[in-house]
Amino acid sequence: MTSKSSAEVALIRINIARRKRWDLLFGLLGILALATGLLTIASLFVDMLIGGWERLHPDFFTNFPSRRAAQAGILSAWVGSVLVMIVTATVAVPLGVAAGIWLEEYAPKHWITDVIEINISNLAGVPSIIYGLLALGLFVYTFGLGQSVQTAGLTLALLILPVVIVATREAIRAIPQMIREAAYALGATQWQAVKDHIVPYSLPGILTGVILGLSRAIGETAPIITIGALTFIAFLPPPPIMEAAPYVNFDWLQAPFTVMPIQIFNWTSRPDSAFQQNAAAAGAILVAMTLTMNALAIWLRYRLRKNIKW
Amino acid sequence: MPSSQAVSSPRPVSDRLAKRASRHVKERIIEAILFASAAISVFVTLGIVYVLLKESMVFFSQVSIVDFLTDTQWTPLFDDAHFGIMVLLSGTAVSSFVALLVAIPLGTIIAIYLSEFATSHIREIAKPILEVLSGIPTVVFGFFALLFVTPILQWFLPELPGFSLLSAGIVMGIMIVPIISSISEDAMRAVPMALREGSYAMGATRLQTALRVVFPAAISGIAAAYILGIARAVGETMILAIAAGMQPNLVWNPMEPAATITSFIVQVALGDLPHGSVGYNTIFAAGLTLMLFTLVFNMFGFWLQRRYRERY
Repeated sequence: MTSKSSAEVALIRINIARRKRWDLLFGLLGILALATGLLTIASLFVDMLIGGWERLHPDFFTNFPSRRAAQAGILSAWVGSVLVMIVTATVAVPLGVAAGIWLEEYAPKHWITDVIEINISNLAGVPSIIYGLLALGLFVYTFGLGQSVQTAGLTLALLILPVVIVATREAIRAIPQMIREAAYALGATQWQAVKDHIVPYSLPGILTGVILGLSRAIGETAPIITIGALTFIAFLPPPPIMEAAPYVNFDWLQAPFTVMPIQIFNWTSRPDSAFQQNAAAAGAILVAMTLTMNALAIWLRYRLRKNIKW
Repeated sequence: MPSSQAVSSPRPVSDRLAKRASRHVKERIIEAILFASAAISVFVTLGIVYVLLKESMVFFSQVSIVDFLTDTQWTPLFDDAHFGIMVLLSGTAVSSFVALLVAIPLGTIIAIYLSEFATSHIREIAKPILEVLSGIPTVVFGFFALLFVTPILQWFLPELPGFSLLSAGIVMGIMIVPIISSISEDAMRAVPMALREGSYAMGATRLQTALRVVFPAAISGIAAAYILGIARAVGETMILAIAAGMQPNLVWNPMEPAATITSFIVQVALGDLPHGSVGYNTIFAAGLTLMLFTLVFNMFGFWLQRRYRERY
């Protein structure tokens, strides 16, 4: 061992100090990068709120769009969004959960299973506008479903199907094997084990995925524009519930419609800044909705992790 | 005693057998229904391929593929129609490039920070925030790009027009940050602790370990993150339709407005072109091009992502 002179030790000390400074600097850089993300969300939301503050008034929710910006509202847009989401959820949730159950509980080790799995991960990466083209070619022109609530709902259902499937699979995968073994030991069939144990225990996880999927669907614009949704709708679809028998009415499925994102797009692309105020107000509402849904999903996931210890 | 029971009253046994048989049938039917649900995803893919190919065939029967690939003008709705996809591709390429210039540094720094520097507490807070960022509707991002980011950029670049690939690209980049950061972080956290411990034992600092040991070890996963980010940028629609203008321009300068493949589809869908016209069919040819690009990027990304998992 050669003993180091004090000059060398000092050099090493300087070197160490410099390295530590770089460490600190990078830590700050990391926080700065994270802050950029946070700042974007904050400035986006605040910008929308300030821009649309004057228009955020109860009338805004109960007025139809209008040529006069000050009287325009989002009634037809939010009703359309709710109706489309109902169709989307009714189609995507059963299909996605069933597909997830099959892949986790039933799927044999077989090339068909591999094909389905690869296919689902590919579908998750397909741009949303391609789903719009699929719907235009297939639902609108081949099946003749029209540019209606049902077409939009189905299109968005296909779009979020991978999200629901992946969430279902992850939730099911977290259930330990002993639950299934216990069910079989008591004479349950596979379906009984699935329906009485696997599905109930994975329900919170599935719900998280469904909420995330719907929060994505509610903000999707491109596929709905592609199927040819109208941008100016000053009437509501026929109500789903009637006073006289048969009490329910499915005419709304075929009705023309508009949704929140399309209304925002329409107002944004007008040169008149009064309409951009409307767009900001509607944008703030849409962002608040998706943020709430995301927060709900995150909270559910957090509770789930905390409460369930197998 | 089951046998004596069976002799005295044979009926319960056959009932039980009958029940078992019906149970078996029911199980099979349920399994078939579940399988059908899973198989629907394959039909969705087949449906996409069928629709895009069918309508594109009609398009290519009227426009030659050579013109489509080499023409430098895109004017499908004019009398003097030109169909040069290069024009739209240039818009897509430039805007994606700008987006990646923003998203790759930010996403990589965030990933390294979260994986190697941050406490678990910060990670718990930061990840949901990033998730929210990718969950904001793109139409809102478009509005933000057009009416918030563009005016700010015009402060620094007074000659920037109201619609530009630059401001759309920057906002798109911020939107993609969470995709890049979360996939890269997963890749870095998959690097075995022993490698880090070895590095620390040699006297390396955190930053040295992160940049010279963990980053190279996770490089294929990080590359996958970048490629999946590109796929996302190429397919992004509304930000570009709103903030980048929709004029087809063969440009390489992000300071100009231009149409992309996706914003062109939106533009045509907003107008009312009759079903079956050439203008209508162009959106399927454009869609097919887009699909091919994203498919290649996605496949490559998934392949890289799987590779790093196998290494350790």
